Amino acid sequence: MPVSATQVESWLEAVKDPEIPVISIKELGILQSVTIKAGQVRIDIIPTYSGCPAMYAIQDDIKAVMEQHHISQFIIHVSRTPVWSTDMISEPGRQKMQAFGIAPPVAKNQDVVCPLCHSTHTTLISQYGSTACKSLYRCQDCLEPFDYFKCHAPVS
Amino acid sequence: MEAEYLYHYFLRLADTSLTMSQRLAEWCGHGPYLEEDVALTNISLDIMGHANLFYQLAVEISETDVSVDDLAFLRDVDGFRNPLLTELPRGDFAYTMVKQYFVDSYSLLLYRALSESCYQPLADVAKKALTEVQYHHERSHEWLKRLCMSTEEAQQKMQKALDELWFYTSELFESDEGMIYLQKQGIAADMESIREQWHSMVESHLIQCQLILPESGWVATGGLQGEHSEHLGYMLAEMQFLQRAYPGCDW
Ligand SMILES: [Zn+2]
Repeated sequence: MPVSATQVESWLEAVKDPEIPVISIKELGILQSVTIKAGQVRIDIIPTYSGCPAMYAIQDDIKAVMEQHHISQFIIHVSRTPVWSTDMISEPGRQKMQAFGIAPPVAKNQDVVCPLCHSTHTTLISQYGSTACKSLYRCQDCLEPFDYFKCHAPVS
Repeated sequence: MEAEYLYHYFLRLADTSLTMSQRLAEWCGHGPYLEEDVALTNISLDIMGHANLFYQLAVEISETDVSVDDLAFLRDVDGFRNPLLTELPRGDFAYTMVKQYFVDSYSLLLYRALSESCYQPLADVAKKALTEVQYHHERSHEWLKRLCMSTEEAQQKMQKALDELWFYTSELFESDEGMIYLQKQGIAADMESIREQWHSMVESHLIQCQLILPESGWVATGGLQGEHSEHLGYMLAEMQFLQRAYPGCDW
C-alpha cells in the first residue's frame, strides 16, 4: 500500500530537535511540509538559524526514520522560504519547552517568565546562551539562571 | 554578463561574511568571560551561515560545477572580494567590538535594502540574515555604549580602535561596474544610499558615546579588486589548511 503524507508526518514526530530533545521538528516549525508525487516523498525543512549546526543531524535523523519504515524513494529539501520565526513554534511545543526548563519566546516588550517558578521578575544575563537561539536569564525570585528561547518575529 | 556580475556580487557578500566570521571564531576560548566567549562564537556561527547562503547563490549562478567548499577553501587571496576591514586581525576586545559595530550597522542597512531585491533568492537570503543581524547590531551597539561610558581606560581603548578602524569603513560602500549594473536592474543595493544611512546612524551613536570622529585622511581600498593586506594570507593559511592538505575531507 502506498504511503500517505499524513503517515510520513506522524512518523516524523519521532525526529526531535537535537538541542531540545523533547520537541519535534514539526512542533518547532522546522518541518514545513511533506508531499508525495509519483511515489516519491518530498520533505521540506527550514533552518531556525542560518548557521544552525543541527540541520545536518536533523537530516540524518529524518533519513533514519524513513529507512526504518522501508521508504527509499524520498528527498529532503532544505528550503530558503518561508523564513523561520518563533511564531511557527506550536502551542504544545511551547509547553514542552517550558517543562524542559527553557522559557518560550515572548514579544519584545513582554516579560520573560521563569520556567521554574513562573515569576515575571527576571533579568537578562547574556544575549547569547548555550546556543545561538537562546539567551541567558536569571530569575530574581527563585534566583535560578535559565535559558530563554529568543523571539524572532515573522518576516513579511 | 549579468550572470558574471551576479557571481562576483555574491562573492563580495559571502567573502565579507566569511572573513568576519573567521575573525570572531578566533575568540573561541579567549573571550573576556564565559558568556562573552559564547556570544562571540555564536555570532561567528550566524555570520558563517550567511556566508554559506551567499556562496550557495554564487554556486547556483555559476556555469561550472564549483561547490561552496571550493569557494571558501580553495580560492587564493586575490580571488577574495571582501573589504580590508573584515580581514584585519582581531586585536583587543575594544577593537573587535568597534569593528563589529561598524560591520553590523552596514549589514543591517544592506540586508534591509536587499530584502527588496527583485532577484528573489537574494531577497530570501537577505530577509533570513536580517533577523539575526538585528540581534548582532543591538548587542554591538550596547557594548559600544557600555565600554565608552565605563572607565577612562576603556574609553581610551575605544577611541584608539575608532581612530585605527575609521579609514577602513569607506571601502564597505564601494561599487564596481558590475554592482552598478545590478543596482540599475533592481538586484543589488544602492551603496551610496547605504553609505549615507550608515554615516547618519553611526556618527550619531559615536557622538552619543562621546567618541571623537577622526578627521579625514588616508582611506583603505582594494578588496573589491582582490588587492588585500598581508593579513588575509595568514587567515587563509589557517582556515584553508585542512582542505588543501586533505582535499575533499569531510566530517
Ligand atoms: Zn524563578
